[in-house]
Amino acid sequence: MVSVRQFDVLVIGGGPAGLAAAVRAADRGARIGIVDDNVHLGGQIWRQSLQDGPVLDAAKWLERLQTARVEILAGTRIFDQLEAGVLLAESGDDLCQLRHDKLILATGARERFLPFPGWTLPNVMGAGGLQAMVKSGLPIAGNRVVVAGTGPLLLAVAAYLRKHGAQIPVLCEQASWSSLARFTWSLLGQPAKIHQGLQLKKELTGVPFATDSWPIAAEGKDVLESVTISRQGKLVTIPCDYLACGFHLVPNTELASLLGCQLRGGYVQVDDFQQTTVPRVLCAGEPTGIGGVELAIVEGQIAGLAAIGHNDSARELFAERKKLRKFAGALATTFQLRPELRQLPSPETIVCRCEDVPLSRLRTQPSWRASKLQTRCGMGPCQGRICGPATEFLFNWNPDSVRPPVFPARVESLATATASPEPQHVAPIGGQG
Amino acid sequence: MSASCDLAIVGAGIVGAACADECARRGLQVIVLDQGAIGADTTAAGMGHIVVMDDSDAQFALTRYSQRLWQELRPELSDDAEYEQCGTIWVAVDDEEMAEVWRKQKYYTDRGVPTQVLDADALHALDPNLRPGLEGGLLVPEDGVLYPPCAARFLVERAQSHGAKLRLGTAVAHIGQGRVELANGSEIRATNIVNAAGASSPLLTPGLEIKKRKGHLAITDRYSGFVRHQLVELGYLKSAHSLSSDSAAFNVQPRRTGQVLIGSSRQYGAEHKEIDHDMLARMLRRAQEYMPGLGQMSIVRTWTGFRAATPDKLPLIGPWPGDASVWLATGHEGLGITTSLGTAHLLADQLTGKQPEIPLEPYLPARTGQEHVHA
Amino acid sequence: MPSLLRLKVNGVAVEVPPGTTAAAAAVLARQACRTSVTGAPRGPLCGMGICFECRMTINGKPHSRSCQILCEPEMDLRTNG
Repeated sequence: MVSVRQFDVLVIGGGPAGLAAAVRAADRGARIGIVDDNVHLGGQIWRQSLQDGPVLDAAKWLERLQTARVEILAGTRIFDQLEAGVLLAESGDDLCQLRHDKLILATGARERFLPFPGWTLPNVMGAGGLQAMVKSGLPIAGNRVVVAGTGPLLLAVAAYLRKHGAQIPVLCEQASWSSLARFTWSLLGQPAKIHQGLQLKKELTGVPFATDSWPIAAEGKDVLESVTISRQGKLVTIPCDYLACGFHLVPNTELASLLGCQLRGGYVQVDDFQQTTVPRVLCAGEPTGIGGVELAIVEGQIAGLAAIGHNDSARELFAERKKLRKFAGALATTFQLRPELRQLPSPETIVCRCEDVPLSRLRTQPSWRASKLQTRCGMGPCQGRICGPATEFLFNWNPDSVRPPVFPARVESLATATASPEPQHVAPIGGQG
Repeated sequence: MSASCDLAIVGAGIVGAACADECARRGLQVIVLDQGAIGADTTAAGMGHIVVMDDSDAQFALTRYSQRLWQELRPELSDDAEYEQCGTIWVAVDDEEMAEVWRKQKYYTDRGVPTQVLDADALHALDPNLRPGLEGGLLVPEDGVLYPPCAARFLVERAQSHGAKLRLGTAVAHIGQGRVELANGSEIRATNIVNAAGASSPLLTPGLEIKKRKGHLAITDRYSGFVRHQLVELGYLKSAHSLSSDSAAFNVQPRRTGQVLIGSSRQYGAEHKEIDHDMLARMLRRAQEYMPGLGQMSIVRTWTGFRAATPDKLPLIGPWPGDASVWLATGHEGLGITTSLGTAHLLADQLTGKQPEIPLEPYLPARTGQEHVHA
Repeated sequence: MPSLLRLKVNGVAVEVPPGTTAAAAAVLARQACRTSVTGAPRGPLCGMGICFECRMTINGKPHSRSCQILCEPEMDLRTNG
């Protein structure tokens, strides 16, 4: 079944940036829609949990969204653009044509994964990955979880898991103690961050926190049994049930690239009003630079206001954005990946998980494209989202251009995605969420 | 670098790779050049179907000759070339197409190509996910499939083991008079130069009557056993025949990975590589008409490629009349993978003065001095 | 407290609260979501629907991303080949 929907402003992504954008764009009574792949809105950091319901901050924005009569399209996955102003999405068994005057991309970020021996064992997950699983019903009480990698997400995840009864033998942060100290110092200008930091410190009391530390190998027969870490040069093996391991975040820029938006340094290039290089397409939040929740909310609001022409109101938020962007800069510097991490994978370590391509087959390839064609690395269903950032770090490869579908889609969806569909059903225009 | 060599081949696609391999094996000093990676352009876009075709006696001769060469090569081919002799089934939907099945069967049988006519039940038994109600088909069991980028790399590496040199990431600006001028200003001198640049060959040999014929492809996630043979509708021939209109035909392939590769389409005058949604949709709808089960399958990637098409639908293999040092190995349209080995042998025969195993005349570039009707 | 859902993962019966994803049920049942192309067991990695490691055959439908699918009563989950 094909449904056609029309919006004045369509927001892609239901995380902090998307929610803020949708709420502010709805200020003037325009027809607003918000799209997200997940069952509930909230994105990653505001992922609703089975046990506790919506995150408090998220709940406030969600309430405003409902009041503003924004149409919510959850469980809906954009896979292509038919032509400017018309996006194609799958939702359950249906195909949706989403027509829009303005588009706001708030597609967020995903974790960066780096390969090391044993990383493909079941129960080795991302840090955000394990948290998402727990929020989706995986019991964690009484389980031992080693948390490793880099980035502030590790702390948030460790605190969350602990609150739900997990034991955390250690949290391994690859950044150096001095980088982290400098980072903490730089937060002094941001009271909200200090408060968050102190809160986390309280929640993590008793969790050993190791800097200059990273995973060496995950061990186990068919499932994870233990993790060996390098802790300031010393190897330690820790029996555990889960390894929550992620190396900070990379922006989800695939849809922006498909639409022709210019990227700069891997991020979507935007002007002061969050406008991309493609007319009528704006972008807010992590895809423009990894900067955390507060920045995403501010950028989302600016984008939402700009999309409906409220430039003066948007301008009022510029100063706050500027302040919060400093935090983004500090994040990038502090959690830079150290070169030792390039030595983690052994020749047999799988780098491309979709196609089981080991490091040994990739080392001899001259480029991302050559390795794709010769080994199938990056040609699986994840479309390089997992192995792309890894190979970029390991070999300095640059990914290819993006082609549709930007997310795997059914033959039937691509077969009926034409400029003049014969829709069996046209949804009423401006329906409510 | 201006050291001399016997043969400079421009283009490391499947045709250039095959030529490099055959010529190096026969003792020629070969250098292969490509602006990108091995087999990364049209070769990477193609389906990798090794197929005997009967549009004309000359097309049959070259495809049959080449198919046999692939069979001989098979034991030595690297595993990642994924050669599978799965056979082709030409699918007939009605009496008219069934008559074509019988005509083809006779043509192949008269020439020693094994085939089997299938009625509706036999067709269904061989590939059960074809929709019911088809008339029948023709099985050609000696046809096969392979994965072209790795096959091209295998051929290049074998050429290198016989002394051939390889320069990738090297764009060529001009060829002629025994000189290959690179885009960076340097020059390679060669006794003979082969233009194996496929859809880009007119850029190197102005006046070549080669037009780009764009094709779309899509590949699914892994669904092992869904398709067993390369399945092609007989209407494909009408599509390949047409010189002017855009067309889509049912053409699916089982890959060793269990993925289903879906083609095929032909478009004229399309110069950009971007996916054309209408064309892709048309091709996928056509595929669903023959295999309804495809509808729910997940498409992981789509892409396009440009076939190099000549007016008479036969490739150009031999000396270019415009320059004594320039040879052509191009214009293979949708049969580049199949006929690459035959092309390489015919070219090497001409370069080394050996008697070719099939008549050369239909493929000689000099033939285009005659009048041809084309779009 | 809403009643638990009953479903099967590779024939192993599990009971989970409503709102649990199929991936969580699989991990809870200690069953691999899928078998990799070289035969290794795999489970969820990203938890957000982009890594495709959580693919299972759900009620007969292969390549279903179990981390994006809520458990339903009598759901049949099997390791994706």
